Amino acid sequence: MSECKFCCTEIKNIGVKTEDATILEDVSFHLHCGELAVIIGKNGAGKSTLLKSIIGEIRHTGNITFSSKHNNSKKLTIGYVPQKIDLEHSPISVYDLISSFSSSKPVFAFKSKSEYSKIIEHLKFLEADGLIDKKVSSLSGGELQKVLIAIATLPFPELLILDEPVSGIDAKGKEIFYQLIDKIKKSQDIAILMVSHDFDKVKEYADKVILLNKKMLQEGNPKEVFSGELFAKEFGIGGY
Amino acid sequence: MEVIYNIMEFILPFDFMQYDFMKNAFLAVIFVSPLLGLLGTMVVNNKMSFFSDALGHSALTGVALGAVIGISDYSISMIIFAIAFALLLNFVKRKSKTEANTIISVFSSTAIAIGLVVLSKYGGINKYSAYLVGDILSITTIELLVLLIALVIITIIWIMIFNKLLAISVNSSLAKTKGINTALIENIFVVLIAVIVMLTIRWVGILLINSLLILPAASSRNISSNVRQYTRLTIAFSLLCGILGLFVSFVFGLATGPTIVVLSAIIYFVSLMLKKN
Repeated sequence: MSECKFCCTEIKNIGVKTEDATILEDVSFHLHCGELAVIIGKNGAGKSTLLKSIIGEIRHTGNITFSSKHNNSKKLTIGYVPQKIDLEHSPISVYDLISSFSSSKPVFAFKSKSEYSKIIEHLKFLEADGLIDKKVSSLSGGELQKVLIAIATLPFPELLILDEPVSGIDAKGKEIFYQLIDKIKKSQDIAILMVSHDFDKVKEYADKVILLNKKMLQEGNPKEVFSGELFAKEFGIGGY
Repeated sequence: MEVIYNIMEFILPFDFMQYDFMKNAFLAVIFVSPLLGLLGTMVVNNKMSFFSDALGHSALTGVALGAVIGISDYSISMIIFAIAFALLLNFVKRKSKTEANTIISVFSSTAIAIGLVVLSKYGGINKYSAYLVGDILSITTIELLVLLIALVIITIIWIMIFNKLLAISVNSSLAKTKGINTALIENIFVVLIAVIVMLTIRWVGILLINSLLILPAASSRNISSNVRQYTRLTIAFSLLCGILGLFVSFVFGLATGPTIVVLSAIIYFVSLMLKKN
């Protein structure tokens, strides 16, 4: 495991148990700022559970600590992009959706000009400013993805977590998505942790790959993990 | 109060507005229907219409509780019981792995059954049948004042919690990472519903109260594209059906609550036809 440098989140000995099964056991790794780490593993390997443990949604053992050269005791801020949201047929616009998370000015009563320009500015950065007045239920998978990223990154957190963000998005949409993640990573210098099945893109964009199956099987750069025996054994395929 | 009555007679120069009970009923409709509509927007959004229905049914147990304790104003026992019922239901829903609708159904039937069992012992169920259909024409000035205070307080709380409530309805894990205390906000929401439902059930009736929460929001949801439009249309539909229902029911000698609901249902079906996608 690499050492914590200037700014880093330390995931230490995370374990999750239910009454009759162990879902995660002794998972430890470091996430550095400006780094994209991708968790891979088979279905049921505990990938989503790990993310939910880190965001504090699931009771777990072990610790998550954040340290930076500026401040050692600061509480880690996390942006979370869920797999899906439940908004079918809801009369909610993109502005309403983002604003409900980023502001306390009641969206049912009026549209705040300052909030509106703040959101549109942020959407511009994510190359999605044309969406602000659209109804959320009419967005395509890729568009909705950008809106969810906008919520998670307004304001920018220290750690951005994405749970299988590109499921149901076509190849072109995936490329746009990974380019955007790369842009966020480089321009904001934040750590990004993602669950993905998209091995080609992971090879191209990830700085670190974590192979998980209840335990940490392997951690390393994409080349090391994808060409390793453990990867071949887990997925029955091999090669980099 | 005289001044308000005079203004109302001036603005609404109809024969039936000369009666004080009609003026009171009119004011009650103006206070209550927008409030029920407003809360209804999120009841529908959060798919809680079955929950609010069960909450309405729990009024019967509240009445029974009041009869057992022997207090004269059942509103107090109804509100206390409904708040406890709503919070308990929320708690069990959060902890349990069973499907929410099943739990709600169990709670709802239990509440009705206990209410009926107790009331059958205390003077028979017929004595309390007014609670089933309600009577808006019986509202008094003091009760109007209580409704007005409730309107102000609930609106202020609504302004404070709305965004958080909407955020939770989208994805509660996401809301938690933004520092929102999801359990607290959800509890405040159900307490607000419990209070307003219990305050209005005497005039609308247990059988129909849920339609006043659900129908206006469900109608405007069909034709709205953002939250502001959704809220405004819901309040407009609530007020329109409330006022029109009151007048129509008086002129044709019909029961007021059901007339309001029938009008709301007509608007719902029209909105369904106008729905684009």
